[in-house]
Amino acid sequence: MSRAAWAGQGWRAWLGSAAPNSRRQARLGEIYRFSRALMRHPLAAAGLAIVLLLVLIAALAPLLAPHAPSAQHLADRLRGPGAQHWLGTDELGRDILSRLLFGTRITLGIVALVTAIAAPIGLAIGCMAGYAGGWVDAALMRVTDVFLALPRLILALAFVAALGPGIENAVLAIALVAWPPYARIARAETLALRRSDFIAAALLAGASPGRIVLRHIMPLCLSSVIVRVSLDMAGVILIAAGLGFLGLGAQPPAPEWGAMIAAGRKYMLDQWWVAAMPGIAIAVVSLGFNLLGDGLRDVLDPKQR
Amino acid sequence: MIEARTLTARFGATTVVDAVSFSVAAGEAFGIVGESGSGKSTLLRVIAGLHEAWSGALLLEGAPQGRRRSHRGRVQMVFQDPYGSLHPRHTVDRALAEPLAIHHVGDAPGRIAAALHAVGLDAAHRFRYPYQLSGGQRQRVAIARALILEPALLLLDEPTAALDVSVQAEIIALLQRLRRERQLSYVLVSHNLAVVAQLCERVAVMREGRFIEELAVGDLRAGSAHDPYTLELLRASAGFRRAARRV
Amino acid sequence: MTAPLLEVSDLVLRFGDTEAVRGVSFAMGRERLGIVGESGSGKSLTGRAILRLLPSGATLQATRLAFAGADLLAATEREMRALRGRRMALVLQDPRFSLNPLMSVGRQIAEAYRAHGRASMREARAQALAMLEAVRIREPQRVHDLYPHQISGGMGQRVMIAMMLAGDPDLLIADEPTSALDVTVRVQVLAVLDEQASRRDMGLILISHDLDLVASFCDRVLVMERGRIVESCAAAALDQAQHPYTRRLLASRPLLAAS
Repeated sequence: MSRAAWAGQGWRAWLGSAAPNSRRQARLGEIYRFSRALMRHPLAAAGLAIVLLLVLIAALAPLLAPHAPSAQHLADRLRGPGAQHWLGTDELGRDILSRLLFGTRITLGIVALVTAIAAPIGLAIGCMAGYAGGWVDAALMRVTDVFLALPRLILALAFVAALGPGIENAVLAIALVAWPPYARIARAETLALRRSDFIAAALLAGASPGRIVLRHIMPLCLSSVIVRVSLDMAGVILIAAGLGFLGLGAQPPAPEWGAMIAAGRKYMLDQWWVAAMPGIAIAVVSLGFNLLGDGLRDVLDPKQR
Repeated sequence: MIEARTLTARFGATTVVDAVSFSVAAGEAFGIVGESGSGKSTLLRVIAGLHEAWSGALLLEGAPQGRRRSHRGRVQMVFQDPYGSLHPRHTVDRALAEPLAIHHVGDAPGRIAAALHAVGLDAAHRFRYPYQLSGGQRQRVAIARALILEPALLLLDEPTAALDVSVQAEIIALLQRLRRERQLSYVLVSHNLAVVAQLCERVAVMREGRFIEELAVGDLRAGSAHDPYTLELLRASAGFRRAARRV
Repeated sequence: MTAPLLEVSDLVLRFGDTEAVRGVSFAMGRERLGIVGESGSGKSLTGRAILRLLPSGATLQATRLAFAGADLLAATEREMRALRGRRMALVLQDPRFSLNPLMSVGRQIAEAYRAHGRASMREARAQALAMLEAVRIREPQRVHDLYPHQISGGMGQRVMIAMMLAGDPDLLIADEPTSALDVTVRVQVLAVLDEQASRRDMGLILISHDLDLVASFCDRVLVMERGRIVESCAAAALDQAQHPYTRRLLASRPLLAAS
């Protein structure tokens, strides 16, 4: 056995140790156990692979793409998939593969921004409502109900219409309609947690409500919210695509997948690839996030701990 | 240490603790025995300041207590279920460090090590998560957390009910030793007469929210109670009697 | 003498690589057998293995597992189903989890009768009422129509026992039947179990962590530790047990009476 393998084993033993010697080792050990559990879940691993691949593609798009995403060759318009353009060209003769590759940046950007805005809002509102109870809870939850009562796409549409079309506004609109389910989940978890003995112990130690919500309750609600977020990612991508499709999201010539489908719609019957290729991309990425979310749900399930 | 006068607690419209009066001297261990629904746990939560719907008078170390309390760490509690009383994502270290951080107590590492040592755990347990500990070890951590702010009064809510007999014996011995060493006062709530008899000097029997009898542990052991319910409890605690069998 | 009611030899239960029960052997007749041990001793798993009700991921292995001479290892799942309830029954710790919350208790007992296929609706109802009375429920007519959340834990456990006795089993396995109950109720439930076991001449396995309970209720006691039987003795002689583990358990009990 090579030395590297031995070193690897020692490293693994250190991470997997049941008696860590420092905070850092304990925390890294948790991450290690978590990632091992995730890797043992084949579908989750597949989902994670898709998502990681997406990140990689987004980062390396300029190197991977055979053509510039916006370079027009009107002579080559609407070419079918072939040796020169693997996935064909669109109505302006732009290479669809290159546009899809660059499009991952937009898709990932939307996903990341929506998550960064909606998840913390939902988590904070849900935990506060659940822990405070009384009129705070009632008020926050009625607002949540109003948001939940309207179909997401319609609501997002209304926001974008008010804010003006554009990718930034689309992100904002999606984030504004995405948080209520997270608030609901966080509240439900908080209600179950606030009666628990470890919260009572924290109260007796003199912890303030803010401290209890932030340090004790939120970390425990986080896992269900993460699961829900990753399951929602497919929906977010679809809403973004829908807004793009309606011309209210990314503006031309940005290679946004939804807008690409919209543009391809006119040629659907004769030049199917123009609309189908971005459609397949959306489907694969949505699937990736869904698989990851499902796997996370199994791995993060507190009942298994 | 504690004085309670006509303490009454409610859950909505139902009265669960009904005009209970008692006092516990400094350094004394007082036991409350009762069956489920007797209101004993609620009484303990009122004393801890965790249940706000109560009336009557409650004095801790001579100071009258209000409904809403700022917790200064003088009263601490050990709960029944060692699986529910520790935060599942916090290491032992973090559980013990938090009370110190809240009260700006210095030398956290030293105090944490001392607290672990006091409950019979060592440095190897310090960075473990609760799921890496056995039930008995968790209960020791819960006791260490309760002691780290050096309280005067420890409230014990069925501290051994979820544990195996051999572990229960260890925890009882630990609680006995800690009280001796630190001159702590205990209020222990339990359904188990034997556990109460081992840990306490004085016992109140609680039923339907009331104290129906208060007696010294010697009398309890001797079986010289007066109230019929206390006698029934004593009989039932002796186990199933063969004499009842028709063999 | 005929074949013993239950024979278990070299019972092993595995979860992956770990052995939860490691080679348990015993035989019993129509007696009261106590299995006592701490958590993780494998006592509950042993009880369930007899019924071949195993948690997922567990594998069972034994050289012999026979009930009234019939080999349980060779029985098909269908044969086991016929056996469970009718000839062997299991009472669990918490009636709140074992009763159907959406069905009145009387109907659940009646269903149990009908499941064993020998009663009309009306007969089953009459039987259910008779059973409720047999387990010493004071107003069987009233309790018959109550739902599980409307009755106390002690009553729930008596309903469970009534249900389990519906098939008139030869062997009743009670896994911590009184651990979730108050002490005063505990004695009443035990009295019901005791009376029924005597009247029906059943074999009874009482699984518990409580030494005093087992010693006072049973005829014979098996002490389990980490998947093994470390001691087997007459219940009355438990005080003179020899094995260090049993001695340690005995010494650990908090005692009420002054020593």
